[in-house]
Amino acid sequence: MTSNTNTPSDDSTPTSGDGIDVAHLSALARLALNAEATSEVASDLQSIVTLIDAMRTVDTEGVEPLSHPFDGTARLRADEVTEHPDPEHFQRNAPATSDQYYLVPRVVE
Amino acid sequence: MNDVFSLREMSRALADGQVSSLELTQDHLARVKEVDSRLNSFITLTEETAIAHATAADTLRGQGDKRPTLGLPMAHKDIFCTEGTLTTAGSKMLSNFVAPYDATVVTKMADAGMVSVGKTNMDEFAMGSSNENSYFGPVTNPWDTDRVPGGSSGGSAAAVAAGLVAGATGTDTGGSIRQPAALCGITGLKPTYGRVSRFGMIAFASSLDQAGPMTRNAEDAALMLSVMAGFDPKDSTSANRDDAWLADVLHHGIAELERPAVIGLPDQYYENSGNQESLAEARQELEKLGHTFKSVSLPHTDAAIPVYYVLASAEASTNLSRYDGVRYGHRCENPTSLQDLYERSREEGFGDEVKRRILTGTYTLSVGYFDAYYLKAQKIRRLIAQDFDKAFADVDLLLTPTSPTPAFHKGQLTDDPVAMYQQDLYTVPTSLAGLPAMSIPCGFSQGLPMGMQLIAPAFREDLALGLAAQFQRHTDWHLKRPGEIN
Repeated sequence: MTSNTNTPSDDSTPTSGDGIDVAHLSALARLALNAEATSEVASDLQSIVTLIDAMRTVDTEGVEPLSHPFDGTARLRADEVTEHPDPEHFQRNAPATSDQYYLVPRVVE
Repeated sequence: MNDVFSLREMSRALADGQVSSLELTQDHLARVKEVDSRLNSFITLTEETAIAHATAADTLRGQGDKRPTLGLPMAHKDIFCTEGTLTTAGSKMLSNFVAPYDATVVTKMADAGMVSVGKTNMDEFAMGSSNENSYFGPVTNPWDTDRVPGGSSGGSAAAVAAGLVAGATGTDTGGSIRQPAALCGITGLKPTYGRVSRFGMIAFASSLDQAGPMTRNAEDAALMLSVMAGFDPKDSTSANRDDAWLADVLHHGIAELERPAVIGLPDQYYENSGNQESLAEARQELEKLGHTFKSVSLPHTDAAIPVYYVLASAEASTNLSRYDGVRYGHRCENPTSLQDLYERSREEGFGDEVKRRILTGTYTLSVGYFDAYYLKAQKIRRLIAQDFDKAFADVDLLLTPTSPTPAFHKGQLTDDPVAMYQQDLYTVPTSLAGLPAMSIPCGFSQGLPMGMQLIAPAFREDLALGLAAQFQRHTDWHLKRPGEIN
């Protein structure tokens, strides 16, 4: 997922969902949608973007973003070994494995 | 007998030797088998392990173990990993997933001697307000079989309402415990964010997800919370607290409130609510008990739904990127390339609502939109949290409707995702602020149960539970049960 700090500030106006490029989004999200699904999703996304656009009138000048309730920060723990590898146990759910490797279609010819 | 028993009542019956855990568990299993083909509230029944755990509980009791939770049957929402048992999150993606470890909540309840009879149905990956988004089919509301039970913890809510179990776990990201509790006429508590460990709970939106109890009354909710809650080093956002009331409540029940409460009524929650009548009656009852009311303002309430759908979808699109068809979960047939494997496995494995949320999150996090949507939403999230802080400077608790309407018809909102999202109107703001909130039954509309929501300051579940328990000692809405399911 891409975030970009060089994009317009929150005062700028993106396209408000006009002409959402569903093919591009589904490629980013690794979802193979057929033509019918793409057109349905485009219409749904348009309504959802209209819904979320309603928040853009709120004045947030000088407000710091809140990423986590109570401004909590993730706690760090000591770097200790707490679990023991058990590939057989954890690979039981894998669709295809061999010699403790996960198998996928050939990537490099 | 279990259709009239609460957890506390069963606990007393076990302590008095009137019944064994094995008998109770067998009764529960029999009732699920008899009734659930009409409700579809369970995805998996764990008969064998339930019988084994009940037998073990009876053996411990015979050896002098007197813990109040020992041998009590209950159920888990199918979002909690249970080692050796199917854990699906209501998704085709995980329809073959046997969890390799237990969620902390599952471990804690098993350690307390509680007996899980099975895993309850839910909206896929907890995304939904009607339980119509489950790969395993919709759940029926026991009060009216043409209506939804609410969601996403619709299976747990329907199972408790129908008397299949007296208590079930749920999870709440934007209202998924409270809204189905309201629509099914039961008690549901979303604890403070960080109160209950998220370890082993399949993630939807990690800064919002929180597990909690769904029961018939506040006393049972407190009993379950006392077992579920606690610091967990395996969850980096787990709160490290030492609240004495949580331990007390296990053995002594909910304490009386120290003084009458000042209860805030947020103006914005009463503007369009269809639940005015039952809430007005509840207010009168609370006034008789000595509590006073005060109008308060939560000015950023209108922005909560947009903010929630930006943040929750963004977090979901990130969390659900783990389902790639490689390490676990659904894999498409005959992938031609790695890209094809990812794209078709995810297309086939996820349902429509999950795809909508992933794509919404992908959109708001993508280049050019991040600041305008994601960052903007995080800023408003702070304003919403500050609104609550200001309100709690003047009042002890807030009283609001839980949902805008009683249970709606199956299929009524499925074609209109935005209308469905409005179901969360009254529950989402507290989720964004991380606050504890519970829904308890407060009356009926069109013959269907209505819920009221009590919102408390952070880590003050005791206040909401105290008021709810007192209200339930003086009213009988929580004792009303649906007719026989036909």
